[in-house]
Amino acid sequence: MKELIRSLTECFGPSGHEEAVRALIRRELPRGAETRVDAMGNLIVHRTGAAGGRRIMLAAHMDEIGIVVTHVDQKGFLRFGNVGGVLSMPLTGGRVRFAQGITGVIGLEKLEDPSRVPSLDKFYIDVGAPGPADCPVRVGDVACFNRDFEEVGARIVAKAMDDRIGCAILLEVMKELGRSPHDLYFVFTVQEEVGVRGAGTSGYGVEPEIALAVDITLTGDTPECAPMAVALGSGPAIKIKDSGMLAHTGVKDWLLRTAEAGGIPCQREVLVRGTTDASAIQVSRAGVPAGCVSIPTRYAHSPSEMVDYGDVEAVVQLLLRALAEPVDIG
Amino acid sequence: MLLQRLSEAHGIAGHEEEVRAVLLEQIRDRVDACRIDGMGNLIALKKGTGSSPLRVLVAAHMDEVGLMITSAEESGVLRFAKVGGIDDRVLPARVVLIGPKRVPGVIGVKPVHLLDKGERDRVTESRQLTIDVGATGKAEAEKLAPRGEFAVFATEFIALSDPSSGYRTVQGKAFDDRAGCAILVELLQERFPFDLVAAFTVQEEVGLRGARVAAGAEKPDAALVLECTGANEVPTTRDTSPSTRLGSGPAITLRDTSFISDPRLVELFRTAAREKSIPHQYKQPNIGGTDAGSIHRARDGVPSLTLAVPARYIHSPSSILDLTDFENTAALAREALHRLPRGFVP
Repeated sequence: MKELIRSLTECFGPSGHEEAVRALIRRELPRGAETRVDAMGNLIVHRTGAAGGRRIMLAAHMDEIGIVVTHVDQKGFLRFGNVGGVLSMPLTGGRVRFAQGITGVIGLEKLEDPSRVPSLDKFYIDVGAPGPADCPVRVGDVACFNRDFEEVGARIVAKAMDDRIGCAILLEVMKELGRSPHDLYFVFTVQEEVGVRGAGTSGYGVEPEIALAVDITLTGDTPECAPMAVALGSGPAIKIKDSGMLAHTGVKDWLLRTAEAGGIPCQREVLVRGTTDASAIQVSRAGVPAGCVSIPTRYAHSPSEMVDYGDVEAVVQLLLRALAEPVDIG
Repeated sequence: MLLQRLSEAHGIAGHEEEVRAVLLEQIRDRVDACRIDGMGNLIALKKGTGSSPLRVLVAAHMDEVGLMITSAEESGVLRFAKVGGIDDRVLPARVVLIGPKRVPGVIGVKPVHLLDKGERDRVTESRQLTIDVGATGKAEAEKLAPRGEFAVFATEFIALSDPSSGYRTVQGKAFDDRAGCAILVELLQERFPFDLVAAFTVQEEVGLRGARVAAGAEKPDAALVLECTGANEVPTTRDTSPSTRLGSGPAITLRDTSFISDPRLVELFRTAAREKSIPHQYKQPNIGGTDAGSIHRARDGVPSLTLAVPARYIHSPSSILDLTDFENTAALAREALHRLPRGFVP
């Protein structure tokens, strides 16, 4: 699975430009899988259930944060805006990659007050162009942060772990899942980072009876960080609440019961800021009981998002167990 | 000129009746069916020639930014709230017209002689401003302008340019988005290969509200939003770009804070503009939001694009628009829509 995570995380896919990720996922699908791509670009894979099950949607988003070029100046430097939640702190000296493979270095103006975190308009990108006429990049082009996948002890680190790790988990579950009573829809969504946009429309199209997002969450286990009762290596985080959703209690209990029965250690997650695709699916059509299985992640929205590989395997095991049996969500 | 009539019509978000009446009169004989929905959107169907199975939504919003009366003071001046995004700096000393009877009033401002140094350097917040309708007391003020009455800037439509200059600029209020409405009326003169659903929407300025229900009800295969967007060419010492430029043609949105334009539609408009030599520009990414923000998320998703006439000083009492940009926007919309492939939706 690590090689799959490597190729997924190193793939190019800022929100609105998920084509390469979608193509990669299609190549990894089990043979003969029933797929369609909807009007927004969501990839929907359907697996018919044996009988007596529910229509369950699992969502992981294909897009990642990045930047969009807003101006090419007289010297050929690029100004840019954010695609999704981009933090200023990790930018300086970093590199970005455009769809056509061009690399850019992120630079920072001289600051009047170096004690304050600069806003994005103080940064620029240098693609090595001597002037605007030679600049190979146009206004509106998007780029992702450029960073290789690496193994660090028991952890793995990459850009776009948010949420390619969810995509990898969905693919793994599809491969490993034996007989299931449920009609399953594995949905690889677009435009999550700019406002859970693809999940709302695919949720409308799939019309599930139960929905689960598989996405990353933050942790509270690093030096002097904001308190949060989630740690790397302590297992899957079962969402209770985040800033966009209260998980359906029946769905949450189903996941907690499944983890307990399988002897899979897990954590109860309350995320103060941030949300997932589940928040949009939950309010699609007449409403959908929704929950989320999260992968604890350090340094989210930086080019080095870190997860524990044991946690990743445990999320796969949890989902395999949950989907193999009939579901009671009360 | 329709743009003038629309610009001078009053219609803040939630009170679009006057604008809708003008539009209804204009389109009634041009369309195959029309209705006003529960929120007040004016929705018309222009059937296609039958050669395309598609159903395409073209939307422009009727509402404008403005003010609403919230209370009267004992002295007879009126407190107000802003409806939609208005910069507090453009308010003082403006003439406004209140309610359907167009009661005139002036937003009060302290004379320069009386300002102390601190006040000169500060912008007065709108909640500290009042409208003076010449009333001598609370009762009279409440009679002239009851709580909840709406107010718009009193702005006459004026042609600015000397015809011999080669420029054709006009000044008025609410070009955002009466310019889009006027172009949509023009598009309804002809038949396209597909069924065209025209939606003149309400309450865009307060959160893209009307478009949301219009798109939900009409189930379009694709959507075009006709807008009027800000052109800021104020001189700057920094080498950064303006959002759009006046005179550079219609602005194609690639992405803004509300949505990402469908890349196939961007390519369609780009190609149409290039092949027909219609000047065009790309709006600086990440600025503002339009009805496309609601429409593209309707039901199971609607591929959308926003095309806008650039105008200076939008959301203020006086904006300036170039009629050549306006005509080129209509021309590009028409040309690109005719090219929309019938197999656009698989």
